[in-house]
Amino acid sequence: MSLTILAVDDSRTMRDMIRMALMPAGFTVHLADDGIHGIEVLEGIDPDAIITDINMPRMDGFGFIDAVRDQADHRATPILVLTTESSPELKMRAREAGATGWIVKPFDPAKLVKALQMVAG
Amino acid sequence: MSDQNDPMAEIRASFFIECEELLEALQDGLQELDDGSEDPETINVVFRAVHSIKGGAGAFGLEALVRFAHRYETVMDEVRNGNMHPDSEAMKLFFLAADHVSDLVRACRDEAPLPEETSKELLARLDELLGEQGIEEEEEASADDFQPLGVAFSLDLPDMDAGPETGRYTIRFKPEQELFATGNEPQMLLKNLCALGEAQVNCVTTDLPDLDGLAPETTYIEWLIDLETEAAEPEIRDIFEFVDGLCMLEVTGGPDGPTPKGEGTPDDTPPVETAAPDPVTPDATPAPEPEAAAKPDKVVEMKRGPAENSKDGGDAEPRKAAAPAPKSVVRVDLERIERLVNLVGELVINQAMLSQSLDEAGLSPHSDAMNGLEEFQRLTRDIQDSVMMIRAQPVKSLFQRMSRIVRESSAAVEKEVRLLTEGEATEVDKTVIERLSDPLTHMIRNSVDHGLETPDERAAAGKPKAGTVTLTAAHRSGRVIIEIADDGAGINREKVFQVAVKKGLVAPDAQLSDTEIDNLLFLPGFSTASQVSSLSGRGVGMDVVKTSIQSLGGRISITSEKGKGTTFSISLPLTLAVLDGMVVNVAGETLVLPLNVVVETLSLGADDVQMLRPGSYVVRVRGGFVPLYDLGVMLGYRSQRKTDAGAIVLLISLEDGNRAALVIDGIQDQRQVVIKGLDDSFYRAPGIAAATILGDGQIALILDPADIIAGVGNPRGGDFMLSERKIANE
Repeated sequence: MSLTILAVDDSRTMRDMIRMALMPAGFTVHLADDGIHGIEVLEGIDPDAIITDINMPRMDGFGFIDAVRDQADHRATPILVLTTESSPELKMRAREAGATGWIVKPFDPAKLVKALQMVAG
Repeated sequence: MSDQNDPMAEIRASFFIECEELLEALQDGLQELDDGSEDPETINVVFRAVHSIKGGAGAFGLEALVRFAHRYETVMDEVRNGNMHPDSEAMKLFFLAADHVSDLVRACRDEAPLPEETSKELLARLDELLGEQGIEEEEEASADDFQPLGVAFSLDLPDMDAGPETGRYTIRFKPEQELFATGNEPQMLLKNLCALGEAQVNCVTTDLPDLDGLAPETTYIEWLIDLETEAAEPEIRDIFEFVDGLCMLEVTGGPDGPTPKGEGTPDDTPPVETAAPDPVTPDATPAPEPEAAAKPDKVVEMKRGPAENSKDGGDAEPRKAAAPAPKSVVRVDLERIERLVNLVGELVINQAMLSQSLDEAGLSPHSDAMNGLEEFQRLTRDIQDSVMMIRAQPVKSLFQRMSRIVRESSAAVEKEVRLLTEGEATEVDKTVIERLSDPLTHMIRNSVDHGLETPDERAAAGKPKAGTVTLTAAHRSGRVIIEIADDGAGINREKVFQVAVKKGLVAPDAQLSDTEIDNLLFLPGFSTASQVSSLSGRGVGMDVVKTSIQSLGGRISITSEKGKGTTFSISLPLTLAVLDGMVVNVAGETLVLPLNVVVETLSLGADDVQMLRPGSYVVRVRGGFVPLYDLGVMLGYRSQRKTDAGAIVLLISLEDGNRAALVIDGIQDQRQVVIKGLDDSFYRAPGIAAATILGDGQIALILDPADIIAGVGNPRGGDFMLSERKIANE
């Protein structure tokens, strides 16, 4: 099944990797460089799920999740946090901000696809 | 570089390019911090740079890089959180660590041996900075972080190794309010659960109030699932990992254990039979809608309320157009641009050919062909400018490399040195930047090693203990000027002279001006260091620097003031490819002069020329006098003419302020010429910068006016060619 995904990450490499992981699975992938850009991109699309990095310039992942959840349309859109940090505090913070789940970098493409299907399939 | 067909290799290659950018940002950030910036965003930038490098490195399994970047990041995180204030010692370590990250990145990229010793040493120093507590946290975190797990939770389907033993589980699941706030959806969880095996899902609706009592966004129901599966309990729990703590979850039963009947299952709840969907594509089968089937509609309504999912029905919707891309950047192999530049060069030559043959055909300047040619010329120029812009790059990366050289060389000679940079945004052709790296490195080392005094000497001279090296880049009249200035003691001219005498480079009784003495430094084999230090003595002298600058079509000069410091000034062409030239005739030869140095053309009257002394003339231009040189004589094409009256003169002005008048026989044209370098197989003739191919296929030499004037011995400096000749005679 084809899902539309918005992936927000300030690292070009990571964006490339996400795209490469998701495109073969038939996903439609939209990319953004940071939280603010993510919100801008979100205006034109209606993703089934969102993936976001935490450490980003201008608006970080927490701020981005907050902003997404503030939009009535996206109160329940699944948001996965993609992060190298796996500390329980970080997960707590992500969850408090409204993240649906988290994926620890480096990620395995097949597992990323599965995780997305699990929350948005 | 990368296998074009392998997307992974491509991403890997682009990762290393990104690393370069991140390293640049890292250096900038550290520099700002070092300069006393208190902006938290600066620390953030530094943190993120290291963090992103680590993230990418992890994706490509570059473990050494990940390990080091992680520790570095941890320290930066401490700084970011305000737990640590970096003092100057810490800043030094941060810089070293940044240098090391850059080494690691390069080693990984080139698959070269990793500098493990340095890694160890720096890791130890970072640990020291973190203190004990930091390390403890660190160990824990790294153990957690860096197993190449991929995802933190296992989404694997029943594992064959675990044995295909079927077990029966009873799962009790009651979502809490917060579950919905995080975008989790019980339906998805149940679906994933069903995918594990044969499941019977029962919805417990006993807590469900009447419609009137319904509070939206409140949870009233729980589910009881009987699951027959080959999966083990952890797998079942993994499904609920994201909602751990956001729901009540009980998993009982297992492969061996008796299957507890769901005691909590109220009889009035109709059981829902669900077949396990295809485990690989759980979505292919019509998803079981336990709630929908099991509950009154209002329940579904209620559940959907808070968890209203925008995807519903969205799959059939046509996909919307891609979001506007951020400013898109194409990364291109330099070779391809190189080819384009060459082609443009050919185009310029071709256009010159065409223009020449149309000229010879004697067409009217108003003919269509001539108009078309004009348009063609304009387009050629535009294309050429655009191509050059592709290759233009700010000198920033080069300057950053130099800051590292300063750090390393100052540490080696135990001096404290600050590097100031100006004009980092100045753009220069990429090739020029690359080829400048070695000469600049050498000159920076020189400044640190020879230019600056020791801290004690500086203190004695009433200067701050830390020396300053200033690196400046600027555009000036179509060229790039790069200056390396130190605030050291200046050139010790007596010593330079003595050394030169000792080495037999000049006669002991030679009378040399200050400039001439300074220029002795550029002589092959000259070194003022009485002892070969670890920095100098790499077999490279200033003569090599000079040669490499000249091979770039550049010039180098020195100015020095005793006690104040020394400045090396490099002047370079903006590009190595095309030049706006003035094509002139001298003694039957065709020559090209860079157009940007030509101020005006004059026709000489007999009264305009004054003789200073035999063989040395000046010409009166607008009330001033400018030295007059006959190009034909200087280049050895002809001997001195009796009178210069009536001759055509080009007044040239150089970026160093020198002016001169050059006698020529005629002006042919003003046009773009393609610079063809004269490689090493030719003797480097003073005054000749390069060659070009004209429209008729003829080869013409491109002159370097500054070099020509210097070669003649201009009273205002740049006497190197003269002294060289003098020395050769002696």
